[in-house]
Amino acid sequence: MKRIGLIVNPIAGMGGRVGLKGTDGPAALEQARALGATPLSGERARQALAVLRERLGDDLLLLAAPGPMGADIAESLGIATRVPPSPDRGRGAGGEGEDGKTARRQDGEKEGDLLPSPAVGRGAGGEGCTSSADTQTAVAAILAEGVDLLLFAGGDGTARDVYAAAGTGPPVLGIPTGVKMHSAVYATTPRAAGEAAAAFLTAAKPQLRESEVMDIDEEAFRQGRLSARLFGYLMVPYQRTLVQSLKSGSTSGEADLTGIATDIAERMRDGALWIIGPGTTTRAIAARLGVPKTLLGVDLYSRGELVASDATEQTILRHLDGVPAHIVVTPIGGQGYLFGRGNQQFSPEVIRRVDKSNIVVVSTLAKLTGLAGAPLLVDTGDPTLDAELAGYMRVVTGFRQESVQRVL
Amino acid sequence: MTRLRNFHAARWDEPLILDKGTPGERGYIPPAVDAGIAAAVPNPGSLIPEEMRRSEPPRLPELAQPQVLRHFLRLSQMTLGCHVTPDASLGTCTMKYSPQVNEHLTRMPEMSDLHPLQDDATTQGMLKIIYDFERMLCEISGMDAFTFQPAGGSTAIFINACIIRAYHRDRGELEQRNEIISTAFSHPIDCAAPSVAGFRVITLMPGPNGYPDLDALKAVVSERTAGLMMTNPEDTGIFNPYVKEFTRIVHEAGGLCAYDQANANGILGMTRARDTGFDLCQFNLHKTFSVPHGSTGGSCGAGGCTAELAKYLPSPMVVFDGERYSWDYDRPDSVGKSRSFHGNLQAVLRSYAWVMAHGAEGLRAVAETAVLNNNYLKSMLEEIPGIDILYDSPGHRLQEVRYSWQPLLDETGVNTEDVRRRITDFGLQGYFTSHHPVIVPEPMTLEPSESWSKSDLEEYGAALTQIDQEARTDPEFVKSSPHASSVHRIHEEAIDSPDQWAMTWRGWKRKYGEERVHSA
Repeated sequence: MKRIGLIVNPIAGMGGRVGLKGTDGPAALEQARALGATPLSGERARQALAVLRERLGDDLLLLAAPGPMGADIAESLGIATRVPPSPDRGRGAGGEGEDGKTARRQDGEKEGDLLPSPAVGRGAGGEGCTSSADTQTAVAAILAEGVDLLLFAGGDGTARDVYAAAGTGPPVLGIPTGVKMHSAVYATTPRAAGEAAAAFLTAAKPQLRESEVMDIDEEAFRQGRLSARLFGYLMVPYQRTLVQSLKSGSTSGEADLTGIATDIAERMRDGALWIIGPGTTTRAIAARLGVPKTLLGVDLYSRGELVASDATEQTILRHLDGVPAHIVVTPIGGQGYLFGRGNQQFSPEVIRRVDKSNIVVVSTLAKLTGLAGAPLLVDTGDPTLDAELAGYMRVVTGFRQESVQRVL
Repeated sequence: MTRLRNFHAARWDEPLILDKGTPGERGYIPPAVDAGIAAAVPNPGSLIPEEMRRSEPPRLPELAQPQVLRHFLRLSQMTLGCHVTPDASLGTCTMKYSPQVNEHLTRMPEMSDLHPLQDDATTQGMLKIIYDFERMLCEISGMDAFTFQPAGGSTAIFINACIIRAYHRDRGELEQRNEIISTAFSHPIDCAAPSVAGFRVITLMPGPNGYPDLDALKAVVSERTAGLMMTNPEDTGIFNPYVKEFTRIVHEAGGLCAYDQANANGILGMTRARDTGFDLCQFNLHKTFSVPHGSTGGSCGAGGCTAELAKYLPSPMVVFDGERYSWDYDRPDSVGKSRSFHGNLQAVLRSYAWVMAHGAEGLRAVAETAVLNNNYLKSMLEEIPGIDILYDSPGHRLQEVRYSWQPLLDETGVNTEDVRRRITDFGLQGYFTSHHPVIVPEPMTLEPSESWSKSDLEEYGAALTQIDQEARTDPEFVKSSPHASSVHRIHEEAIDSPDQWAMTWRGWKRKYGEERVHSA
């Protein structure tokens, strides 16, 4: 019997068709409703579950959040469903500072740097509205009972809440229903989510990979400013296409990472300052050198030793004085952003001081081909610099292996 | 309307041959040694150094001839071979018909009894065939010399990477020139071979037309460039029309250019490696030149180069002094050997016979027919709603196409692996999906060579059309296929798992012991 957690953010995606940037916060939701927005999330979750039931038959128990947050949909499909009791009604209401979350906090994750949580307090949105706290409470309740996979339907706000409650551990997969979907934790379509979930649950060797949870500040975005942050990583099922293993030789993500890390670590023993951006790919480099690395922050190294951890723009600029330097960055999965998403510490001044020729881009080939031909993107906040960075850039994809990518 | 066959594969409950037989059972008992020989070599075992002698006989299966014959015929019935079905589907492998008459040639005692250490005076016929066939490949490619020693295409490409290395080493530039440029739709060996040879490899990704932009090449060419190693047409069947610009730019930077011609079936007699600026190239005799594929034993990667680079080719080479052919071992600049003795010369004999049977006009007709067949099949597949064809702006392709079943997956949940299994239910070969990296999603690579008839191609197209329809009405039926094959489902994940795979009988016994279960 496969145990699948289900949590649906019923209001996710409502802002999209009426031109809002999202539905974080009760005011935005009210506005969306006033503009005639209707819930979409439930129907999309139903599509994914229908596929899952087709593939797994009766070998399925859903542990669903109550009512429109999951149980209603599951029951309408006739799938065996159980609603775990909420362990603590008050828990998770604010996210920040809660015991549960602190315990799961990644090394080096910064509290002060986070955007305000989209949490608006229990029921603050009025009848039919669910809040960030509801999501976190429900996730905690579902995980407490143990699941093989947690499915959530929502967008980046929901992904953040799931991450806040689940951390980087249990297998989680997103059914895409939100307006903002900058995170790399969703399947491409609801149907594909059902397929991927079924494949993961029936695989002899199920595979997971850390995938980015990103979010932007909606209020700033509505005012025309894009302010994106990397919040952390969820463990997402990774269906390594069998295509690759049948004839073309295997390229496990792990082997690719080791190759990239070895390649860069070899170069990092010189006298230059190495400024390493966030991400799992770059973390592998530090692991190769046997030095600490913050997952979400920018860290500085010299001669293979840590110089500064979780550096701000100012810290980087201070260390840049009079020494040759390299920046190592990896594109955000599924989007291709090199600068301006989750690594704003690389300010235009930092990038200019280091110089374009000293930027080292690293990425697994799987991440690059996942961009489906789309270019890498830069959004430093300085259009002149963005234009200078455009063109073609080398990307280190393995040990002494590079690829060439267009940058826009 | 093409009729699809009512088919079911043979299904024998056949154990492994190592599980069969009876101790002491024999298939063949050799005659006693002649008295004269026994007198001259009284103790032949002593010729083997003691540390290499077995203390006990190998544990081989012990079976009589009819049981052996029956076993392998049953296996052959359970595996579709290209002599029972049109193998239009193993794209990039050029599965063409291997004329049976050439099999008879290689079994003639004049060939099968040759020994590589025979005196040249006794092998003049074979040496002449090698020498003449080298001249033919030079004419076909524009190159000046060829080796037939590599026993596969990858080995020939590795030799090319070694020649590039030797060339720069002799010029004192190897330390500086440590980068080889390749393209993403080239065969993976064009990255792997230079990598093994010690180079850093830079891969150009496809642009909007399926081949890399010239600007991408310009962006990475530098004083560090050692060379360019690429396939053309690539595995999309698209010929890079700027290839002469590519080779010019690399030459101007001081690099050499090596042409992977495993996809030569669409360009025979149309274009030549040398004429598009390449210094090195390779042909797979077991693809383009009709030699049977399989088991990695009988193939041949013919490696060609310019006169300037010929001194680096593996040793020995056949030379002719106007009267006599001989093996030349005095090659101090050679990159070394790629195979014991002379490689697989049966492949050279078959290819020689095949080229002689076709003539120059015939070789061009091979390419024209292969391209026509491919585009005829493509015209049928364009009508299938679940198939997408990326980079389709030029319209026609050369010898193959990498199709995408992504629309079918999006609409029905049926993916390319499902289609690939289902097509065997029609008595047709499962197809090749894609080389690494997988850029075309849900890929299917088909290459109908010149060998298959119009109705063969229509049968393949009709089967794919039907599978697309089945996916829309009963996706589970396609996903649970094959239904008419000798084996229902193979657990492909084991291919990836060192704990599960077993390459040898010894490995099988070690990993599965006596508790192993015969899969149905």
